[in-house]
Parts: sequence; C-alpha cells; structure tokens
Amino acid sequence: MRKEAPGQINAPVISKQKPKKKQLVPFLIEVFAVLICAIVFLIPFYFIIINSFKTSKEAAEMSMSLPSTYQILANFTEVLTTRDNMLLLAYYNSTVITVFSVAVLVIVCSMTGFILQRRSGKGKTVLGFAVLSGLMVPPAIVPTIWVLDLLGLFKTMPGIISIMVALGIPFSIILYSGFIATIPKEIDEAAVLDGCGSWRLFFKIIFPLLKPIHSTVIIISSVNIFNDFVHPLYFFPGAQNATVQLTLYNFMSMYNTSWNLLFANVLLITIPPFILFMFFSKKIVAGMTSGSVKA
Amino acid sequence: MLKLTKSMYSYTLIIPAAVIYTVFFLIPTFMSFFFSLTRWNLVDWEFIGLDNYIMFFREPALFNSIKNTLIYAVITCGLKVIFGLLIAVFLCSKLKTKGFLRNAVFFPTLVSTIAVGITFSVLMHPSNGLINQALAFVGISGPDWLGDPKLALLSVAFVDVWKGVGFATVIFIAGIMSIPTHYYEALEVDGGNKLNAFWHITLPLSRPAINAVIILALIGGLRTFDLIWTMTRGGPGFSSDLLASVIYKQYQGGFYGLATAGNVIQFIVVALIAFPLYKFLNRKEVDI
Repeated sequence: MRKEAPGQINAPVISKQKPKKKQLVPFLIEVFAVLICAIVFLIPFYFIIINSFKTSKEAAEMSMSLPSTYQILANFTEVLTTRDNMLLLAYYNSTVITVFSVAVLVIVCSMTGFILQRRSGKGKTVLGFAVLSGLMVPPAIVPTIWVLDLLGLFKTMPGIISIMVALGIPFSIILYSGFIATIPKEIDEAAVLDGCGSWRLFFKIIFPLLKPIHSTVIIISSVNIFNDFVHPLYFFPGAQNATVQLTLYNFMSMYNTSWNLLFANVLLITIPPFILFMFFSKKIVAGMTSGSVKA
Repeated sequence: MLKLTKSMYSYTLIIPAAVIYTVFFLIPTFMSFFFSLTRWNLVDWEFIGLDNYIMFFREPALFNSIKNTLIYAVITCGLKVIFGLLIAVFLCSKLKTKGFLRNAVFFPTLVSTIAVGITFSVLMHPSNGLINQALAFVGISGPDWLGDPKLALLSVAFVDVWKGVGFATVIFIAGIMSIPTHYYEALEVDGGNKLNAFWHITLPLSRPAINAVIILALIGGLRTFDLIWTMTRGGPGFSSDLLASVIYKQYQGGFYGLATAGNVIQFIVVALIAFPLYKFLNRKEVDI
C-alpha cells in the first residue's frame, strides 16, 4: 500500500506539467476509435432498423438513407400476420421451450454442480471429464433423432426441451460449481449436524444462497436457447413447430423481394436479447467470462 | 469424516442431470460410432463396414469440407484472438467512452446468428450492398463476397469474427483487469514504455484468458453451421461447405449412415485438436 502512495501523489503533478498537445493525441485516438466502432458495429443495426421502416421498393435499393415515407405499422403487422400468424406461434413456441429448458437447467445443474464441487476422488474425475467433453464434442445428429424417435419424443415439445437441457448442462454445471466453491463448507456441516440430509441441505440451505448465479445461468441460457437455430431445425421440424429463428430462416426465401419485411422480422427477433442486454449487460458479461475461463 | 462427506453430498443429487445427459447426449454420441458403419433409415440398418468413411474421403465435395472446416476454425480463432486482444488493451486504457465501446463491441454476441447472417448477406450484395458501395466510393471495385468460390468461405469467416470478437474482448478485459497494477508500476520505475508493458506484462499474465479464448473459438469454428448455412448454404458449388453443413445435406438426402460418419469425423477432428491443445496450453500456464 505504501509503495503506491508516492506514485499516486506524483501522477497528477506530472500530468499538469505536460503541455496540452499531449492530451490532444489520446483524445483524437479515442474519437477515431469511436468512429471506427460506430461504422463497424453500429451501422449494421442502423441498417436493419431503417430498412424495416421503408416501403419494399425503397428497401430494394439497400441504402442507408432515411425512408421517404415511413411504413412502420404496416410492415410489422404484415410480418406478424403472415402465414396465419406464424411468427406469433413461433414466439409462443420459443418462449415455452426457453422457459421450461431454463427451469430444468437451473434445478438439475445447481444440484449437480454442488455435489461435483464438494466431492473429490475418482468418481468426480470421471464425471468432470464427461462434463468437459460435453462442452467440446458436438451432438451426434441422426443418432439423437433415433433416440428421440424410440422414446416417441421426436418433433414434440418435451423432446426439444430435453435436448436443450442436455446440451446446456455442461456450461451451467461449470457456472454453478464455480460459484459454489465460494460458499464455505462449514455451512453444510452445521446443517448436517442439525439433522439435514443431502437433499434437505441442498434445497433448504444451499439453493437460496445461489441467487446471483441463478440469474446468470437464467439469462445466458435464455439467450442461447432463444437464439438457437440448429437444434430446432433438426429435432423440432414441422410447420406447427415453428420457432423464432426457424421462422426467420423460412421467411428469408419468402421475402426475397421485400427486404423491408425481412428486416422488420430481424428487428422483432433482436428485441428480446436487446432488452435483456439493456438490463443485465454486466451480469451477462461476468457470467460468460467466469464460466469460460474456468472451463 | 469420509462417512460424513458421503452422507452430506449424496450422489443421488446428480441423478436427474446424469439421466438427461446420458439419454440425450452420451447415448447418441456412442451410438454414432456404430451407425456410421451402417446404411440405415432409423428403423432398419445394414452393416456396411467402413464404406461411409471411404466415400467421405474419396468424394472431393465431402473431403473438401474437412479442409474448409479446419481453415475456417483457424482463421476465425486467430482473428478473434488478435482483434479481441487489441480491442481489450485499448478498452483498458483511460477512456471516457469505455462503457459505450465495450457494449457496442459485445452486443453482436447476443444477436441471433440467423439475423446477423441475413443482414450481412444484404450488406455483401455484389452491386447494391453497402460494403461494395462504400468501397466504390473510395474507388475500389469490391468483389462478389459470397458469390466468388474463392472468397465465400473467408467472407463468412469475417462475419463470424464480427459477431464473436466481442466475446473474446470481454474475456481478455477480465484477464487484463486481474493483473495486479504493481507490475506496471514496477515497469514504469524501470523506465519501460507501453509496448514493453504489453509484451512483458499484459501478454504473459493474461495467458489463462488467451487460452480460454483460443479453445472456445477453435471449437466454435469447428462446429459452425448456422452462419454458413444462412449465408452460402455451402456454395457456390461446394466451395464453402463445412463438416456441419455436409452432415445436414446428407441428412436431408436421407443418407443417415453417411451423415453420421460425417458426425464422427467431426468428433475426431474436434477431439484431436481440442484435447491436446487444452493439455498443452494448461501445462504452459504452470511453467510460468
């Protein structure tokens, strides 16, 4: 602590002595960075928004100019009502899949994360390896369909939910065990001395302590599952089974000539993750970093 | 004490996760090794030995996908590490707009891949697309990003980097922030400049973060499907086919055995690269 003190006192003195020119350069660099960043990362979003407001003729020009006539309501109503309100159905399906998958993930992965974090020995090593390989190895597509088919779950809601849970398990377990490592074991011992069994200990004492990590798992898994395209494509096909991402993909060929509708659709689908991001950006970033660095 | 541990932390708690994981992930994964040796239609199967694999390696369109997958994974991973590190170092300096810049770079990570793919297909349109119009403005005639067989794979890789670099950046920022400041102060006392600081402190000490990004980006690249499928569908011809898109095409064509062989090849490629790399990177970390 003491070593830092002289440096802190000196720093402002030095900067005061510096001529103003020296501060201009970093300022210009920052302005330049903001500009580049705006061009590279924000223009695509601006492009989506502005084109979703245009008439189809104007959107066909694919330009960045402001629309001459704003056709907002008409575009969005049309996108929402196409093919018997397909997009609304897709929103419903995606929401149900997301909510149930995340609920199951939170319960089963917190339990497993707890045990895996507290235990040691051979059994734990094997299980840890199984979790780690799940992070790396991609799912085997057709054999998974075969299993779903055997169980009568192919093209059903419980089927796709089970798949989403199975594929989300490794990452969530890693997030939970990382957090549980910070909870002192003395709490467990006290609870057990009071006569709690494993299940009571976990659900009465530990589970409520996990609130911060619960919300991280909920937010990150929700975004991942809501945005997922590949797994509904394989395991949840059929017109009635539309999910949000699949609908967007199907509309891509349908709206070939009306980019305004396609972008209205893109915009509608980007809103839910954007809202989550507005409120929870810190949580998302923290969760993703801690989860992946520990992996 | 052991007895207490056992009764306190009963393995019965892991049963629900273990059952779901085994039934819907482990069993299909193990069964894929068997089904890749068959011709099957989900109901009946006929054992045909290594025919599917021979087919995969003989057919240039299929074999090409292995090469493309490796190229794609290495390029996206490399660029994400380089750009992510540069942006992270920049964002860790004293800036007024730090929060804004970080959010702008990170947000694409949360947007659906399909939405990003569609948007960039339009931006990369050869004549009307915004990218080529901007290039034309400064006097360069831009290429047909997605229509040129030599370029299509790279164009998609570029979009992948655009979408994923924010994730790499936040991991790097976390890594850099965890470096104790007294290292930098010591260097300053010794008269080192900013380049020295980056080379001798930031880079070696954010090694765990760099390792995590390398592994995650590489695995992500080897598994990519949605972006390539939205933007090129493996085309033009088979020039941008990846293992994952070949698996989907064979599945659609009803060649389940061949699709599964593609899946097994994908596992092997991932395992051959990811596990040794994971061990190698983590060992190096201990050495320092």
